[in-house]
Amino acid sequence: MSAPLIACHECDLLQREVALPRGGVARCARCGAELYRSHPHGMERTLALTAGAIVLFVLANSFPIIGLQLEGQTIQTTLYNTVRTLWDEDMKSVAVLVFVTTIAMPALQLSALAYLLFPLRLGRVPAHFSAVFRVLQTVRPWGMVEVFMLGVLVSLVKLAHLAGIVPGVALWSFAALMLVMAGIGAVFDARGLWARASRLQGAAP
Amino acid sequence: MSAKQATAASVGLLNCHICGQLSRLKRGLHEACCPRCGSALHARKPNSIPRTWALLIAAMILYVPANLLPMMHTSSLFGSQSDTIMSGVVYFWTTGSWYLALIIFFASIMVPLLKMLALMVLLVSVQRSSRWQREQRARLYRLVEFVGRWSMLDIYVVAVIVALVQLKALATIQPGPGAIAFGAVVVLTMFAALTFDPRLIWEPQRESHG
Repeated sequence: MSAPLIACHECDLLQREVALPRGGVARCARCGAELYRSHPHGMERTLALTAGAIVLFVLANSFPIIGLQLEGQTIQTTLYNTVRTLWDEDMKSVAVLVFVTTIAMPALQLSALAYLLFPLRLGRVPAHFSAVFRVLQTVRPWGMVEVFMLGVLVSLVKLAHLAGIVPGVALWSFAALMLVMAGIGAVFDARGLWARASRLQGAAP
Repeated sequence: MSAKQATAASVGLLNCHICGQLSRLKRGLHEACCPRCGSALHARKPNSIPRTWALLIAAMILYVPANLLPMMHTSSLFGSQSDTIMSGVVYFWTTGSWYLALIIFFASIMVPLLKMLALMVLLVSVQRSSRWQREQRARLYRLVEFVGRWSMLDIYVVAVIVALVQLKALATIQPGPGAIAFGAVVVLTMFAALTFDPRLIWEPQRESHG
């Protein structure tokens, strides 16, 4: 029996799977889209990064991002406060957009990852595995932590001439969260996840 | 490229766009569910071309108010002022932060514009069943998908600045209607990129029944 078939998700070309060297990437022979990649311990790494990202996410949301120092007073804002202010300023659609892309979607993505990976690591397939997996794949393009981070930096420069800037704990947490989430994007292996799940389901029907 | 290139659809297989599982399409059926993850399966994204056009045209219309209407109103003891995206760029340029001016100019003005142009090129070439530069167009599509999110930059800048300066007695900054239009442009173009089916680049003739 030859290697299993795989179809490119961008151009639909049928190809045979090939074995990859460590850290290798398989690309479509026709359009060049990434088909899959091999990561030694991809799942363990994703799980570790997810655990770290959850801690950073909580920090990033509970502490002030930046503060302004003016005449001895400090004004600070958290991420939730910025959403709240937009809402109160009657910019409800913008407030929802910011909330969804910086709080809701990353939260959903991280909890879905944790929900899928922790039990799998312990040798169980969690309930509603496929539904949660679908949520995870749908949510992914809408989390924009890295763009938000750049936005904060730009506003920092913009405000610097008005008052002294006090970087908050959440600013550093966001910067770290951005890196860790980029790491998750790089090591997450959906194919490996399904392979593990179906092996487990086959073992314990 | 070799002459013989079978696609999943040409041999009656459907590729699940969520989990990548291949499954066989039952005769006579047009749609099905992925046996592994349960997502809806289509040989091609349904009505990809008209839907993408609709989203794209809506985005192009909103791009005008997004650039003309102010993103922020600043009022202070020294008077009040409205800022559009472009005036923000000019402000950074004249105050010496030219690198920030460039970042904002690219993220907020060029990226949405080029993204809409790129989607238009992709749509028109697919509709004309063009075989021109298919690999480059596939690459262009991936670029559009990757780069689109960065246009949200200005929305976040407005959000953070408004929240901080709100509380201050000396000046208040309020978000302007341009922010709503701009946010809508970003979301609409992201949806347009998601609705466009890149497989049409390689097999434009299959689009008719979609």
